[in-house]
Amino acid sequence: MSDLKVEPSLRMGMVLAALRTPSFLIGLALTLVFLSAALLSFVWTPYDVTDLEIANKLKTPSATHWFGTDAFGRDIFSMVMIGARTSIAVALIAVGIGIVIGVPLGLLAAARHGALIDEVVMRANDLVFAFPALLMAIMITAVFGPSAVNAIIAIGIFNIPVFARLSRGAALSLWQRDYVLAARVSGKGRTLISAEHILPNITNLLIVQGTIQFSLGILAEAGLAYVGLGTQPPLPSWGRMLSEAQTMIYIAPHLAIFPGLAIVFTVLGLNLMGDGLRDIFDPKLRRAR
Amino acid sequence: MLPYTIKRLVSLTISLMAASLVIFFVIEVVPGDPASFMLGLNASPETVAALRDSLGLNAPAPVRYWQWITGLVQGEFGISYTYKVPVSELIADRFWVSMPLAIYALVLSTAIAFPVGVIAAAKRNSPTDVSIMGVTQLGVAVPNFWFAMLLVLLFAISLRWFSAGGFPGWEAGFLACMKALTLPAIALALPQASILARVMRSSLLDTLGEDFVRTARAKGLTRRQALWRHALRNALIPVLTIIGLQFSFLLAGAIIIENVFFLPGLGRLVFQSITQRDLIVVKSVIFLLVFAVILVTFIVDVTYAIVDPRLRRART
Repeated sequence: MSDLKVEPSLRMGMVLAALRTPSFLIGLALTLVFLSAALLSFVWTPYDVTDLEIANKLKTPSATHWFGTDAFGRDIFSMVMIGARTSIAVALIAVGIGIVIGVPLGLLAAARHGALIDEVVMRANDLVFAFPALLMAIMITAVFGPSAVNAIIAIGIFNIPVFARLSRGAALSLWQRDYVLAARVSGKGRTLISAEHILPNITNLLIVQGTIQFSLGILAEAGLAYVGLGTQPPLPSWGRMLSEAQTMIYIAPHLAIFPGLAIVFTVLGLNLMGDGLRDIFDPKLRRAR
Repeated sequence: MLPYTIKRLVSLTISLMAASLVIFFVIEVVPGDPASFMLGLNASPETVAALRDSLGLNAPAPVRYWQWITGLVQGEFGISYTYKVPVSELIADRFWVSMPLAIYALVLSTAIAFPVGVIAAAKRNSPTDVSIMGVTQLGVAVPNFWFAMLLVLLFAISLRWFSAGGFPGWEAGFLACMKALTLPAIALALPQASILARVMRSSLLDTLGEDFVRTARAKGLTRRQALWRHALRNALIPVLTIIGLQFSFLLAGAIIIENVFFLPGLGRLVFQSITQRDLIVVKSVIFLLVFAVILVTFIVDVTYAIVDPRLRRART
């Protein structure tokens, strides 16, 4: 049982606030567009992207090929749809890794604040932070070879300290609250308190941060795929489409436009949604704006 | 101040040691035998043995780690397996492309973000503020390598103001080099400038709500005077931290941007070395970049403590 039950009126208030937050609505709409494109691509795309029609290569956008075709005559619209699937999957799993490992570490550090374990967790976090995610990915792929899975691991490792720090910081302030004190007095252990009283009360923060890390993950995946360290052929990915487009930028600039726009709008959507969620979850911010 | 600096220095050393251990472990221990990894599947056992010998891989891992670390301290990174020249030479040449690029981008990003952030804060909730926030929101979402391609399309292919890539070398003159680095620096700077402008704005808005600013207004200062004389200086503290952090992002981001513009920097060196399985080079470049990041964090921490004496006691 969590301490702060969301009362129906509070929940209603959040829904109303969501409807009144335009940035959240725009963000949600953009995110849903790309999410549905990704899901739809499992069952349907306008063209089969494994079909190479060289006769049809480098066509500019038209009624038959909305985004044109690439050097192998593949339909770019279909590739962008499948690329959405790759980007979203990689970024989402990487966020999952960050949450599943980072949050328990952060909660543990907060529950044992000042103890050796707290110090060890935080210093390990600092160390991972010192490695820019890209360098981490380069190192991992240098040894294990480039692949989508290694990209996920690299981005995921970087997400761990983000969530560990966030949950530790938030949990530390909650440990001072009276209701946590009451739970301790009643004889509950630190683990149980962390799970029952702390975690439910930092969920909002985690959701907001998760949205932001999701968008950063999309950018990171695109960057890695662009330099050839991420998703490998034949699986389409926005980053790789851009690196292929670069070699033909003189003759077919349209190849570079659509995958790039797809990245921008997805990231923009997630960022707007994250900002909006932060306002909605925090009524103080809501009033201030 | 001195105890704080020493404390930070100790933690800097520990971070460096830990980072070097991680790098050594991932690059030299995980692949099993680095020599056979570097030579690929078709190498004969004799060739592998010879390479093991020349790389000094027959020594146990702790000894190799110690040799690598003591070498690093003396500026000796070992001999590149592919190029057969000292790694330090390879790095030195490329360093003078990557570092100026990162600094150029940092200067650009600060020069753009600073006024933009101040204007947005000064005209809070005005149409100017709203449009600035919209543009920066977009700037954060644009991948810098894609922005780089758009810059090439516009300024190199259509307008022909800049070349689409390449680097003339510093012997060609400062201006020629800066020109070659301009598009890459803009591409690197844009997302960072967007973040920085947003931080500048929100930090300034926070400070403008503080008591001392209200006092200044009560004394009869106009909003603009209070902003420039009192709020701005105090708002700069978090902004400086972000600038410090951004430097490491710029250095790492440069790795990708160098690929777009075919710049002979550390980034291209790393990717070539990965393709050629030249692990010694990969290991050294990554350590150097992580070293730069840790060093910049240290400098930011110490500067921060100079500006705000409260931190010397609070932070450990």
